[in-house]
Amino acid sequence: MPERRRPQLNVHVQGWLLALPAVVLLAAFTHVPAVATVIDSFFSTPHGRRPAAFVGLDQYRTMMADPIFRLALKNNLLYALITVPVSIGLALAMALWVKGSIQGRTALRLAFFTPTILPMVAAANIWLFFYTPDYGLLNQVLRALGFSSVNWLGSPATALPALMALTIWKEAGFFMVFFLAALQQVSPVLYEAARMENASGWLVFRRITWPLVMPTTLFVAINALINAFRVVDQVIAMTGGGPNNATTLLLYYVFQVAFNFWDSAYAAALSTVLLLVLAIVAFLQFFLLDRKIHYR
Amino acid sequence: MISVDVRSVTKTWGETLAVDDVSFAVRKGDLVVLLGPSGCGKSTMLRLIAGLEEPAAGSIEIEGRDVRGLTGSARGVAMVFQSYALFPHLDVADNITFGLSVRGIPRQEMARRLDKIAALLGLEALLRRKPAQLSGGQQQRVALGRALIAEAPVCLLDEPLSNLDAQLRQELRREIRALQQRLGITMIYVTHDQTEAMSMADRVILMRAGRIEQNGTPADLYERPATLFTARFVGAAPMSLLDLDDGPSGAVVAGTTGPALFLGSGRGRVLGLRPEDVTVDIANRPGRFHVAVTAVEYLGAEALVTCMIGERPIMARTRGGSAPAVGATVGLVWDASAGHVFDAASGARLAIETGAGPLSTRLHTTANQGSTRA
Repeated sequence: MPERRRPQLNVHVQGWLLALPAVVLLAAFTHVPAVATVIDSFFSTPHGRRPAAFVGLDQYRTMMADPIFRLALKNNLLYALITVPVSIGLALAMALWVKGSIQGRTALRLAFFTPTILPMVAAANIWLFFYTPDYGLLNQVLRALGFSSVNWLGSPATALPALMALTIWKEAGFFMVFFLAALQQVSPVLYEAARMENASGWLVFRRITWPLVMPTTLFVAINALINAFRVVDQVIAMTGGGPNNATTLLLYYVFQVAFNFWDSAYAAALSTVLLLVLAIVAFLQFFLLDRKIHYR
Repeated sequence: MISVDVRSVTKTWGETLAVDDVSFAVRKGDLVVLLGPSGCGKSTMLRLIAGLEEPAAGSIEIEGRDVRGLTGSARGVAMVFQSYALFPHLDVADNITFGLSVRGIPRQEMARRLDKIAALLGLEALLRRKPAQLSGGQQQRVALGRALIAEAPVCLLDEPLSNLDAQLRQELRREIRALQQRLGITMIYVTHDQTEAMSMADRVILMRAGRIEQNGTPADLYERPATLFTARFVGAAPMSLLDLDDGPSGAVVAGTTGPALFLGSGRGRVLGLRPEDVTVDIANRPGRFHVAVTAVEYLGAEALVTCMIGERPIMARTRGGSAPAVGATVGLVWDASAGHVFDAASGARLAIETGAGPLSTRLHTTANQGSTRA
């Protein structure tokens, strides 16, 4: 008796079926909301019985005139400009340090990584204690040295730098792990070849180590930059955007507009701008920097 | 004139002795091969000369200068690494001139020397390529170029050809040797491949367990191996080693009753014979070992015929076309002076002239008698 062939599903249909769960999740929680946000930004916020009406670019015109938005954007750019390079530099320095065969290497690695394990809000609470006026750790040290107490989170000049310090402290340990992995990928014989030429430590770093960890640096930089524009936890936990909006960052402002002022359409417009900023950042890094980087 | 002088150098890794009181001298313009099985200390010896490791005891002089505490270019040595150690992010030109740029050589001078080296190694068309875009042989040339451009008096090579296929290896072997002779540089070359050592070297230093087993010309090592180890290690087809025993009229091959090979005791001694010294004789004449052929390895122009004498295999080399069939009974004969006798326990060569005894003359074939010193 001839074997009956089971009906075969088209191979493409099969493939799509396999990908379906992931596609549904990704679409439902990422792509659809993103597109909906962009669409919402062209409408007014619905209130009670008044439905949303198409207002074109009105929300964006409001934004251009909004001093708090401009301040949040400026704060955020400054925040990214300082935390990204500093945390990368620190991460690389720590990685270079713990790569060598020093005593207590494992303990050092663990110590550097600990901040990463802490939830951001917990870390924020610890730092809140450091920054507390009068009896906070930093102020106790300052007073012991004969300086007057500083209200770190309370004065506009120091609030944003105080938040940056926390971010750098928390991110550097995480990025160090990536650099450590990258450094261990570099063949030790390359360093021996450099040693044969009596190249100095700085020259070896500049001409061998740095170019060879460049792919990792790019990866870490993109992540750090995206993180810099996604900061919200420590702002909520430590300053609430104050004093006088000195620590208001873009995402925190979006959060405020959407859930404190309930102006969802304006929040949608702000989110669209945020998305655009991130898209431009990613585009610049991938397409302009990429050509100068050596991948193995 | 001596270019590299190694004096009683010792290097330990924790408890183990990697290099154990080694001394040798390399003449200027010579190519010396450090040969030995893996783990014999030859690579460590090379790294000691390069200055990548410092000896625990002893001293190294290069061009008449004690080089303790100096590394690489400061000692006047350049090195080619086994894995080439090319910088993957730099192109060929930058790889070759890396050392010059470290030393701050002016750009013009660098370009002039790069042109010269590129022409010498046939790399002109590849200068702007990255190492990943090169074949293994080309990468090898770049590594060689990087070592040669410094014009250091001594060039060290650590198994430079081991990652290449057999044909390319042979080609580069000739090329490196020709280059070395043309430029008149001193080369110290590490390999575990005895063919490489024999075909390239002015002198071969055979190492074993951190010590020098024998230091001599390739012909010395091949024709007068000082120990059993050398006898086994050197030669494309291994030397056949036959345990000897006491016979009624002299030493005999263990497990046989004769014929006697030389006067005196055979117990505790080993007879070594190169396959090319053993002749296979089809005719059934007396005074020969009559044995059965157990294996034939056909190599084209020649064939290696393996037979068993007692419990030991013996190899004979014949013309490829005239090798006997497996299972055939043949007579084996050799010129008595071709034998090497070693002490089985110490492995040392014994000064026993296998061709001198009155009995041994009986063993000679008529064909071989011309060369016998009877």
